[in-house]
Amino acid sequence: MPHDHADHSHDHEHHHEGMSPSGHPYRKDQDGPLTHWQAMEIAVRELLVEKGIFTPAEISAAIGRMDARSPADGARVVARAWTDPAYKARLMADGSAAAAELGCTVDALKLVVVENTADTHNVVVCTLCSCYPRNLLGLPPDWYKNRAYRSRVVREPRKVLGEFGLDLPDTTRVRVHDSTADMRYIVLPLRPDGTEGWSAEQLAALVTRDSMIGVGVASAPA
Amino acid sequence: MPETAVRVKTWPSHGLHVRTPRYLRGKCGVIERDLGSFPNPEELAYGLPGTPPRRLVRVRFTMAEVWGAAAENPADTLDAEIYEHWLEPVEG
Repeated sequence: MPHDHADHSHDHEHHHEGMSPSGHPYRKDQDGPLTHWQAMEIAVRELLVEKGIFTPAEISAAIGRMDARSPADGARVVARAWTDPAYKARLMADGSAAAAELGCTVDALKLVVVENTADTHNVVVCTLCSCYPRNLLGLPPDWYKNRAYRSRVVREPRKVLGEFGLDLPDTTRVRVHDSTADMRYIVLPLRPDGTEGWSAEQLAALVTRDSMIGVGVASAPA
Repeated sequence: MPETAVRVKTWPSHGLHVRTPRYLRGKCGVIERDLGSFPNPEELAYGLPGTPPRRLVRVRFTMAEVWGAAAENPADTLDAEIYEHWLEPVEG
């Protein structure tokens, strides 16, 4: 389950759809007709351009801004919280406002930060769809949107975390957060041991995407 | 308000943009925090105004309550956002 491309296997002897004979996945050409919603998206976009509400360049720029978001944004927030107790207090009280201080605007949605401690581990899911803190982490990994992750992590979180390589002792309380409505969640992971005196920039390099979803922990210092 | 015991209603919801997952219907938990009021997403999804705004809370359930004997670890918890009109008080 932790793999974004679970179907990427070199063991197949025969060619099947979505996989080249040499075993590399590819995306099929879209030769079929547009779906209803694809046609609707084009129609609405062209109308907005025709009416002068947006220019094509503005739409491209907005897509570029969305594509530029990455887990590095969330990592800056986490590293700042590790190094600045006053910032951490603001982050826990109002995640959206504290993220905005570092240039991560969480739009109209509200950000809730859940903190891992020595005896508590948090993990985030959206069982109803695929709500994800995109403003802080960029696009979600494929597995996050997958039915298996969404249905299993609420029922057997320890087993799922074990498949990600994270085995938690029974003494650790697991808290699953299902983002069902208007909130978005990010996990504040535990700061790794052996990083005393590190700068926020150094620490940010240890903060992985998975540690902020809660299916992993921050990397140990090399 | 936080710590209040609540039960999720068991309304059917065919074809509605409901933000209350089925696996939590009829389950009891406690309010973890108040999140403020938001336009009702069950109406917004259909082009309706979503007024009046509905209060949204985070409810914390134990895994024992949600999954019964099948719970992986009964004391682990699951938090979800539930709109107030989907909650009823727990007597007793």
